[in-house]
Amino acid sequence: MKNIIKIGWQTLKKPSGYYSLGALVIGGFIAGVIFWGGFNTALELTNTEEFCISCHEMENNVYEELKTTIHFTNRSGVRATCPDCHVPHKWTDKIARKMQASKEVWGKIFGTINTREKFLAHRKRLAENEWRRLKANDSLECRNCHNFDYMDFTSQSQRAAKQHSTSLASGEKTCIDCHKGIAHHLPDMKGVEGW
Amino acid sequence: MKNLIKIGMLLSVLLPVTASWAAPGEVATLREKTSIDQQKKPGIIPKVINSDIKQARNYPMQPPVIPHKIRNYEVNLNTNKCMSCHSRQRTEESQAPMVSVTHFMDRDGNFLAEISPRRYFCNQCHVTQLDTKPVVENEFVDMHAIMKQKSLAQK
Ligand code: HEC
Ligand code: HEC
Ligand code: HEC
Ligand code: HEC
Repeated sequence: MKNIIKIGWQTLKKPSGYYSLGALVIGGFIAGVIFWGGFNTALELTNTEEFCISCHEMENNVYEELKTTIHFTNRSGVRATCPDCHVPHKWTDKIARKMQASKEVWGKIFGTINTREKFLAHRKRLAENEWRRLKANDSLECRNCHNFDYMDFTSQSQRAAKQHSTSLASGEKTCIDCHKGIAHHLPDMKGVEGW
Repeated sequence: MKNLIKIGMLLSVLLPVTASWAAPGEVATLREKTSIDQQKKPGIIPKVINSDIKQARNYPMQPPVIPHKIRNYEVNLNTNKCMSCHSRQRTEESQAPMVSVTHFMDRDGNFLAEISPRRYFCNQCHVTQLDTKPVVENEFVDMHAIMKQKSLAQK
């Protein structure tokens, strides 16, 4: 056993005598493409709603609540799914978000929110994480679908037009400052700014 | 004798019932004479008026009606979405009308710092309006109309 490892290690350490540098570069390139693509495919697979609600923590709480909102059914038939609001579409942001998502797998293993009661007890912390993220990225996910530049204030309600043409237009506020709880029920809002 | 009483009791129970059966059209108005084994085709669900234009009140103490949509606005133990615009501290930013001072009073008339718990559930008194005709005719007459009639009669 020890010998096999030793031989393997030595082959790796030894400069290659059999393959030309060109072949190595090309081979490496191809391997890279395969690896990169595989990684991307894996990311795509986890970037679906089916994946998210494969965990009962996500299905029984937030998914059930989403069903009653405008982002699930509406007159135009355009749906927002979990990854639309929770995972940035851009690649680098995506990786950064996935790293954070590993914490969720940890949470799953240790059952931080595996009952409704525990979920409710933790909801404020989880919601605050989301608000912080959507504040920091200027509500990027919302803007992927709702583009401020194409908002027609004249066809919005007066209330909406007034708020959008002032605080939002000036950049003083972003979507999540005013639109908390659009997709799920809210936690205890005591002490939250604007409530 | 015992039997007579029994029959009497039975009749007194049955008679009023049969009397109301006499006019089925008047009872089953919402089903519009759809036979019992049929399901009526549901009507169109009217839209909530979202004009943001304040409606006149029909009498001074009337809780004002809500001139906008309130879909998915939560009012529960955790949060009160209405107060995120209509509370004293929030009205500058929201430009919404503040809840009236009566909302800060407890039942003994003392003013509290926050709205009183008995006024917490906004929709107990305030409701949205639907863009539709009333199902039942409303014969309410404004106080001012009555006063006007009276003063005309006195002339
Ligand atoms: C392995 C089961 C599982 C899957 C699959 C899963 N989640 Fe979660 N999720 C959890 C758990 C457990 C937590 C709580 C983690 C904690 O306690 O910090 C959580 C927390 C969250 C939070 C709160 C994040 C925060 O920063 O606190 C969001 C948002 C979320 N999940 C969205 C998603 C989305 C979107 C998907 C699909 C792309 C998804 N989840 C898939 C189990 C899962
Ligand atoms: C329209 C955008 C949107 C969609 C779609 C959406 N969410 Fe959320 N989600 C949010 C926002 C915004 C928050 C922050 C808390 C809040 O404001 O309610 C949040 C919070 C959460 C939280 C933290 C706990 C909480 O309730 O605050 C979890 C977990 C979560 N979402 C998971 C999901 C999952 C799973 C799906 C898909 C079934 C989903 N979300 C779909 C916008 C969305
Ligand atoms: C997948 C695209 C998508 C994403 C992402 C998305 N929305 Fe929406 N949103 C929609 C659609 C579609 C509607 C319904 C339009 C209609 O038919 O009126 C809508 C409606 C709304 C409404 C109107 C609610 C009402 O009752 O009229 C608000 C407010 C809103 N979105 C806010 C947000 C916020 C805040 C976010 C980010 C957390 C977000 N949306 C993310 C697609 C999206
Ligand atoms: C300063 C507060 C504020 C900000 C910031 C804000 N909104 Fe709004 N928005 C409102 C209010 C108030 C309404 C009307 C009430 C409601 O729908 O609950 C509204 C309504 C809407 C509607 C429904 C339009 C209608 O005619 O009723 C959409 C869609 C919407 N907002 C999307 C967004 C998006 C996307 C962003 C970020 C780019 C955003 N809002 C930022 C306050 C805000």
